[in-house]
Amino acid sequence: MSETFGLKDRTAIVGLGATPYWKRGQSAPCTLQELICTAIIAAAADAGIAVPDIDGFAYFATDFDTGGLMETLGIREVGFSSMLTGSGGGSAGAVGLASAAIVAGLAETVVVVCGVQQGALRYGAMPSTYDATAESCFYQSAGLVGPGHMFALLAERHMHLYGTTREHFAEVAISTRANALTHPAAIMKKPLTLDDYFAAPMISTPHCLFDFCLETDGAIAVIVTSTDRARDLRQKPVYVHASAQGGAGEWGRSIYWMNMPDDSFAASGHAAVARQLYARADVGPSGIDTAQIYDHFTSQVLMQLEDYGFCGKGESGDFVASGAIRFDGGSLPVNTDGGQLSGGYIWGMSHIREAVDQMRGTAANQVRDARFALVTGGPSDIPVSGLILRAAA
Amino acid sequence: MTRIAKRPPDVLVRIVADRWTEPFWSAACDDRLTCAQCANCGRFRMPPSPFCPYCQSQDLNWPDLPGTGTVYSFTVVERAVLPGSEDSIPYVAAVIALDGAEPARLISNIVDSDADAIRIGAPVRVVFDHLSDGQSLPRFVLSENPA
Repeated sequence: MSETFGLKDRTAIVGLGATPYWKRGQSAPCTLQELICTAIIAAAADAGIAVPDIDGFAYFATDFDTGGLMETLGIREVGFSSMLTGSGGGSAGAVGLASAAIVAGLAETVVVVCGVQQGALRYGAMPSTYDATAESCFYQSAGLVGPGHMFALLAERHMHLYGTTREHFAEVAISTRANALTHPAAIMKKPLTLDDYFAAPMISTPHCLFDFCLETDGAIAVIVTSTDRARDLRQKPVYVHASAQGGAGEWGRSIYWMNMPDDSFAASGHAAVARQLYARADVGPSGIDTAQIYDHFTSQVLMQLEDYGFCGKGESGDFVASGAIRFDGGSLPVNTDGGQLSGGYIWGMSHIREAVDQMRGTAANQVRDARFALVTGGPSDIPVSGLILRAAA
Repeated sequence: MTRIAKRPPDVLVRIVADRWTEPFWSAACDDRLTCAQCANCGRFRMPPSPFCPYCQSQDLNWPDLPGTGTVYSFTVVERAVLPGSEDSIPYVAAVIALDGAEPARLISNIVDSDADAIRIGAPVRVVFDHLSDGQSLPRFVLSENPA
């Protein structure tokens, strides 16, 4: 592919802003719009960009009101306002969406933002609140209330096919918790042992409490601009090296349909996106220095490690058991901020935040000499997405 | 002690049909298990959808299936999913590979069976739950470990 038509390194993340992470419901009386605007203002300040100069918004999955944000923040004019469809799969891809808009000349300073405020409605039970439809009544009437139930079916199949064990899931939870202990933004500060893991209540077999991500309130924003302009701004640019969104038709509605072909059922749906991503990048899996992998469930971290080629199909259990994803000595430190399992769950935006910090060289758990970081969006129905960031030399 | 697989809370069971799924649900009312089969190329698909993904035909057959299948995957739900629904625990959501309709699978439940005896590959047979609103729902019991 000619670089003239690609996105490789032509844009950069130049601003990063976040609210604190609160346990679900604890951000009251702040409003969701307030959280989102707090993150955007902080990201603009970090970049050294005046808030009114923002001229584009790229979202995913949630219901955003660009007009309201413009009025609230005093933004003069917007040339781009778009959202990746689907549910949680688009977080990483929204950065690519922003890059595409900039390279196409539609906007110059694009915000990617997500905010989460869970009050009475817990996101884990959201599918149960959707009105029953001719499609949804199949899974709703079976009592598949939330993604935790649905992904449990994939996890059980993975264990059956490949001998994956709960100890392997536990290693994801425990290694991620270890990273949270030394990351100032992370919520969970108590060490997690294997005994703790096995003593936890079972929610939906084979997933116990510690296989689930946190429920968090908070917001995170990043600002994307052209590489040319990035050189004049305050922060060391973090290049948007490669981006991919979409997926294979056979994955389709995935967890809401459960008719994926047998060879891709126990998977994350990311295999096609991973192929696209590496084809656009200077590196393959062996060139990734740290991976921020969407961890709504431990089992899906394993399946993404396979789909992104860090190990073979069915080999992720042995891969993590070897210590490979540990910050301390692992070949591929994963979710170095404590992830969504132990850090905070902002629908994937925390993974982008941590990858930016790693590429700036300012992360709390800094991977030495890290040059390329992978970020993944949430395994869900199509589209899913992936992102590779590159550090400035 | 044997743990019997119960049923998900009734409040979750709201059958909504459209012209493409209605034959499945009306068959269930007659205690018949069926599956959408493309009348042009013969391939099965579930849930029923308006076009065959292989040949784009809209013509469907609704053959009677033997009512047996195997557990493709399952989860034992052990935490109440809605406030006040503790009595429904544990229930088992499962993906069932339907005999006579390969490769189509049905999202359903395993009920009235030993919850701890369920394994992937276990044979199951259909039972029909007749709901208070007149609808009917196919569910499955373990063929070899009924409670």
